Amino acid sequence: MAETPAEKEQLRKIRAGDVRTASRLIRNLEDGLPEAKSSIRRIFPHTGRAHVLGITGSPGAGKSTLVDALISAFRKQDKTVGVLAVDPTSPFTGGAILGDRIRMQRHAEDPGVFVRSLATRGALGGLSRAVGDAVHILDVMGKEMIMVETVGTGQQEVEIINHSHTVVVVLVPGMGDEIQVIKAGIMEIADIFVINKADREGTAQLTSELTAMLNMVPEFPGGWKPPVIRIKNLFDAGPFGESVEELAAAIQAHHRRLVETGLLGDRMRRKAMIEIHEALRDAILEPILRDLMQSREMDDIAGRILRKESDPYTVAEMVAHRYLKSLQSEDTQGR
Amino acid sequence: MTERTIRIMVAKPGLDGHDRGARVLARAFRDAGFEVIYTGCHQSPEQIAAAAIQEDVDVVGLSCLSGAHRYLFPRTVELLRAQGAEDITVIGGGIIPEQDFAFLHEAGIRAVFTPGASLDGIIEWIRTNIVPRN
Amino acid sequence: MKGLFSKETLGQSAELTRKWEDEVRHSAATASEAKARWTTVSDLGLKHLYTPEDVAQMDFARDIGVPGEYPFLRGNQATGYRGRLWTFRMFAGMGSARDTNARWHMLLKGGQTGLSTAFDFPTLMGYDSDSPKARGECGRCGVAIDTLEDFLTLMEGIPMDRVTTSMTINPPATVLWAMYCAAAERKGVPLTEIGGTIQNDMLKEFIAQKTFMCPPEPSVRLISDTVEFGTAHVPKWNTISISGYHIREAGATAIQELAFTLRDGIEYVEDVIRRKGMAVDAFAPRLSFFFNAHIDFFEEICKMRAARRMWAKVMRDRFGAQDPRSWWLRFHTQTAGCSLTAQQPYNNVVRTAIEALAAVLGGTQSLHTNSLDEVLCLPSDHAVEIALRTQQIIAEETGVAATIDPLAGSYFVETLTNEMESQAWEYIEKIDAMGGMIAAIDKGFPQLEIAEAAYRFQQQLDAGQKVMVGVNRYATGGNYEIPVIDIDEQVEIGQIERLRSVRKRRDSRAVRRDLDDLKRACKTGRNVMPFCIAAVKDMATVQEICDVYREVFGEYRDPGLY
Repeated sequence: MAETPAEKEQLRKIRAGDVRTASRLIRNLEDGLPEAKSSIRRIFPHTGRAHVLGITGSPGAGKSTLVDALISAFRKQDKTVGVLAVDPTSPFTGGAILGDRIRMQRHAEDPGVFVRSLATRGALGGLSRAVGDAVHILDVMGKEMIMVETVGTGQQEVEIINHSHTVVVVLVPGMGDEIQVIKAGIMEIADIFVINKADREGTAQLTSELTAMLNMVPEFPGGWKPPVIRIKNLFDAGPFGESVEELAAAIQAHHRRLVETGLLGDRMRRKAMIEIHEALRDAILEPILRDLMQSREMDDIAGRILRKESDPYTVAEMVAHRYLKSLQSEDTQGR
Repeated sequence: MTERTIRIMVAKPGLDGHDRGARVLARAFRDAGFEVIYTGCHQSPEQIAAAAIQEDVDVVGLSCLSGAHRYLFPRTVELLRAQGAEDITVIGGGIIPEQDFAFLHEAGIRAVFTPGASLDGIIEWIRTNIVPRN
Repeated sequence: MKGLFSKETLGQSAELTRKWEDEVRHSAATASEAKARWTTVSDLGLKHLYTPEDVAQMDFARDIGVPGEYPFLRGNQATGYRGRLWTFRMFAGMGSARDTNARWHMLLKGGQTGLSTAFDFPTLMGYDSDSPKARGECGRCGVAIDTLEDFLTLMEGIPMDRVTTSMTINPPATVLWAMYCAAAERKGVPLTEIGGTIQNDMLKEFIAQKTFMCPPEPSVRLISDTVEFGTAHVPKWNTISISGYHIREAGATAIQELAFTLRDGIEYVEDVIRRKGMAVDAFAPRLSFFFNAHIDFFEEICKMRAARRMWAKVMRDRFGAQDPRSWWLRFHTQTAGCSLTAQQPYNNVVRTAIEALAAVLGGTQSLHTNSLDEVLCLPSDHAVEIALRTQQIIAEETGVAATIDPLAGSYFVETLTNEMESQAWEYIEKIDAMGGMIAAIDKGFPQLEIAEAAYRFQQQLDAGQKVMVGVNRYATGGNYEIPVIDIDEQVEIGQIERLRSVRKRRDSRAVRRDLDDLKRACKTGRNVMPFCIAAVKDMATVQEICDVYREVFGEYRDPGLY
């Protein structure tokens, strides 16, 4: 496929860090424009330089404020920063209020910082479908640290690992988070635990419960035992700043460990597999579903299943068979 | 063709913190199916323009009740234009006397909504006038 | 406990009420009720008729009583308005200190009995007029004050020993009050003689109005400093005006206004006791409140009556105050800005009159009546005059000031008062359970409750379930031109020039030393007021002092809860 001058220009601009071009491309990806997908093909070879950080935790855990503080910490080291803040789309209206960036607005004018809010738009698994590609775009823009902030509710907290090198799980004392941690399988995905607002009652208890749980794990990959970092009260400027520095250092230490032990390669491979999975879903499943909906065949099938004339498995096999065949014939026609 | 979602930034420029209108609108826009980026109070035009571009919004809605709209609104438009984002529509609301409408329009504020404007009316205006761009 | 009525009366009431209900049911079938649900403007459900049974459980002495006696439902003063009318206090301020000073002289000549200052946004937020953040704001919503020099201009020809002044100032309250004290000293009026109020209520800023500077905790500490300083040195000054006004304007219901305001009051009292070790009776009599008078006539009257009774209980039972004056809830009222409409603006005169009447029947100590053009711009002289005359007509023509709490004993008024009180207690208990108001603010609780109520009201308005005349009903005609007052851009230029000239003329070394002293006081917990007074006397600017606060205590930014 030959590149048009406009496409060349787009890539050049994104590589030069142009905010307008990058944010427009993210927008087009969110809206599912086909040409946006092909843009990703072109930028893909230039990805892979950034350290991608996933930050998750329950609503009200203070994630955005923490991201805001981390932006400052990374900027102090002269690193450029990209942030993707994901908020849920209302299942009823399709709308969303994306308010995470409010807490990061003091960085709005810093050209070394790019903050983009994404709505989940009803994507399976909770993360916005565009997150993976948006990470690539920020990466190609030259952002050295990329933070993906998600409201963690079960499934989504686990999904974030597919897009990040380092996962930070944010907990708050006294919110029943201890139980959440065990339930949602967060233990397995966290590379670093943060206990936020650690001046609150229950901090000691949460710390000891976490430590106890970590102590029960016989062995960690790469020998990295997730540290538990306590972030002090935001309004206690001195201690707060110090604890954020400590977190930033732990994040960077984790990345070094990934590189040294070769685990980074494993994570990248996992990310690639997920991306293949998603791309396949986009390429195969989505068009089929769309077709079925548009041709009203879906209603028909659903009716048959309701009347017990068929079952979901038989129907799926039949549909898959038909479409795979048609794909093959398209191929032989040499399109 | 995929349906595009309207993205709108609700912003409060200047020092005034009266955000009742801004918050009510943010909720109404969400319920109308828009994606709303809310900036919070006390934002400079510079912060608003930068955020609008990073978020690639279709519309910026400015709310000001302090009387400083004559500086803050045009300044926001000017900054967007200077950064090549003239395609982002800027609208405004708040306590704005009628004799300022022409001045604001001239300065690039596409519509001005004052107290008493209905939510439906504002949403309708956006649906009619805003087409998400490619 | 004795009920209000005999068994016999209650029996008669029940019987007659049943008859009435039958009657209504029949007529309702033909005339069908216009609205399915009748509610107050705050969405509180109302019955069609109230009867003795609704108030049968009340105990006269415990729940109602007489004016000047606990629980003060009927007023703090035994003599009501016959002893002393409420203070006519019109909020004024625009442009330069000289402009505002001129407006004040006009108001005093017109029969106003107390002054009230509106500051512009840079002053309110602790920035100087030449700060980049102040661009376009100077003098727009109130008067611009940067240094003591401006303040002295503001007070020119004002008898500070006779007139009381209210200053609507919050984050930089210490600074502006220090200027007032310094100005009095310049005029030879001792601090023990000056009287007035600083709003100085930060909690409602975090909750509703969003004029904030430092985080909640140190903000409350600065307020406790003023309470301590006032008690010792400026005994006639009200150092806090615990405000529901802005909470209501942000879209709260009347009950939310009542509950959040009183809970804010509790938070302040607790802090002074804990931090300063002061006895509650030493300072409680100087606490004052500030409520909104919205358009729903009876709801507002009941809110004010309930507030008085609730605060008496809080002070006596929760804090163990002994002095009856500590049990008083004294309050200023302003008619509701948010009830006014830009459409058909002359209707606003009528709204304001009704709201002002509610405030008077609710027993306010002081009143501001909004001008008809306030929803469009700063009030014009003519509009302010009509607003002031509105109060004078209520006071001197209508006769309502002759009798104390004339609505007491109304089945409806007493029931609504009780209902509002009990729902407000529920809120207060909820906030207590969260660990107090600062903790609740941290969680976003009051902010979100208000946002929800504001949205609900707007939706009801859009759906025509609530009516604003000229907006969503009878919207044709009546759009008379009204003259709009505007602030000349020259004000900003002149103000910046004056500020720069002061900076050049003053002894900057003295200012630096003052600011260092202040910083130390902030860090060590010493009372900041004497250091503030010293600094303003040496012509430190509002922002220079506030920058010290921001540096030591940190800056609070809008958490943007929605």
